[in-house]
Amino acid sequence: MRQSRTIDISTGLFVLLGFAAILFLVTQITNREFSLRGESYRVQAQFENVGGLKPGAPVSMAGVTIGRVESIGYDMNLFKAIVTLRIDASYDQIPNDSDASILTAGLLGGQYIGISPGGSDQSFHDGDRVEFVQDAIVLENLISKYLFSQAGSREQGAAAPAPKE
Amino acid sequence: MTGVPGELAASLARFLERLGGMTRFAGRVLWLSPAALLRPRLVVEQVYNTGALSLVIIMTCGLFVGMVLGLQGHDLLQRFGSEESLGTGAALSLLKELGPVVTALLFAGRAGTALASELGLMRATDQLSAMEVMAVDPMRRVVVPRFLGGLISMPLLTAVFIAVALFGVQLIGVQFLGVDQGQFWSQMRGAVELDDVREGLVKGLVFGVACSLIAVFEGYNAQPTAEGVGRATTRTVVISAVVTLVLDYILTALML
Repeated sequence: MRQSRTIDISTGLFVLLGFAAILFLVTQITNREFSLRGESYRVQAQFENVGGLKPGAPVSMAGVTIGRVESIGYDMNLFKAIVTLRIDASYDQIPNDSDASILTAGLLGGQYIGISPGGSDQSFHDGDRVEFVQDAIVLENLISKYLFSQAGSREQGAAAPAPKE
Repeated sequence: MTGVPGELAASLARFLERLGGMTRFAGRVLWLSPAALLRPRLVVEQVYNTGALSLVIIMTCGLFVGMVLGLQGHDLLQRFGSEESLGTGAALSLLKELGPVVTALLFAGRAGTALASELGLMRATDQLSAMEVMAVDPMRRVVVPRFLGGLISMPLLTAVFIAVALFGVQLIGVQFLGVDQGQFWSQMRGAVELDDVREGLVKGLVFGVACSLIAVFEGYNAQPTAEGVGRATTRTVVISAVVTLVLDYILTALML
């Protein structure tokens, strides 16, 4: 009797652990809150294109992570992406004319938001908006720009005298 | 009929006989399985034997597989400057391949051998015949609960293995080698889909069916000698490993 109880308890523990693991695997792919530990404040930025930016990506200044991307939404009136940044409260002296740009870490790495400081006396407060932004660079746009500029210069080249060899 | 051709023919006939016997055995086990669920006591005992007792080895191996994956993955990805993809790569390779396959191999080594040698010893000591004499069907009473126990344990063990291995990857990648934690998880979340989790669990279930079936078949049909029990145990591990890897290819091709 006693032994069968031990077996039951161990089996129960095993099954519980198994289902906990399944639950972990299933829920780890859904979004989890990326709250910074301790105090923080929120700043919003509007982008034409966020590229591959994901919630949870770092917000960095001069390479130092000072916060996280909390959420990314789309504004139907502005037709722009609204990115909410959550910045650690200890970095509270960021000039409010600083600009935010979406950058890529490495060649294949994830995207993050880089902030370069402006020159204003005022600093960002909770709920402020970043005025100066730079969108994510979309590779296709770059390539097509390059190709069209090539085609354009060739047409000009045909009209103009032949270039020097 | 002597010489090489005769021996080849004889060994082919033996192989076919074994394959046929196994198919018949599998059909019978599957046919009797639903009824065995009416006596959950026996099945629970076998979930304990095959699952709960395998937990320690599964978790230990999972942790180290994850840690190795973290080291190797970081070293490789560093060359492309994309260490942040470590989470994605590790999670996908664990869910789709490493998790189910390594768990199945460990399961065959830990639980499969235990099942085969137990049944083989029961055969060698005439316990199975004694049951038949007492009008107790050893298939219902002994074989089917063991099969079901393995079947239930394997997907759960697979999930535990993958979860622990991910912890190992995280431990090495994020804590020791300094991959950004947010990037690690957010990229993983961006790339891993529910289908990938399902693929891992389906594989775990299929491998569980195959490995448990092979173990109980080999044990039940062991030669009733000390040598026969030993051979049945060895065959369990060897056949389970081969079948797992072949099935893995088929399942991957089907689900890709």
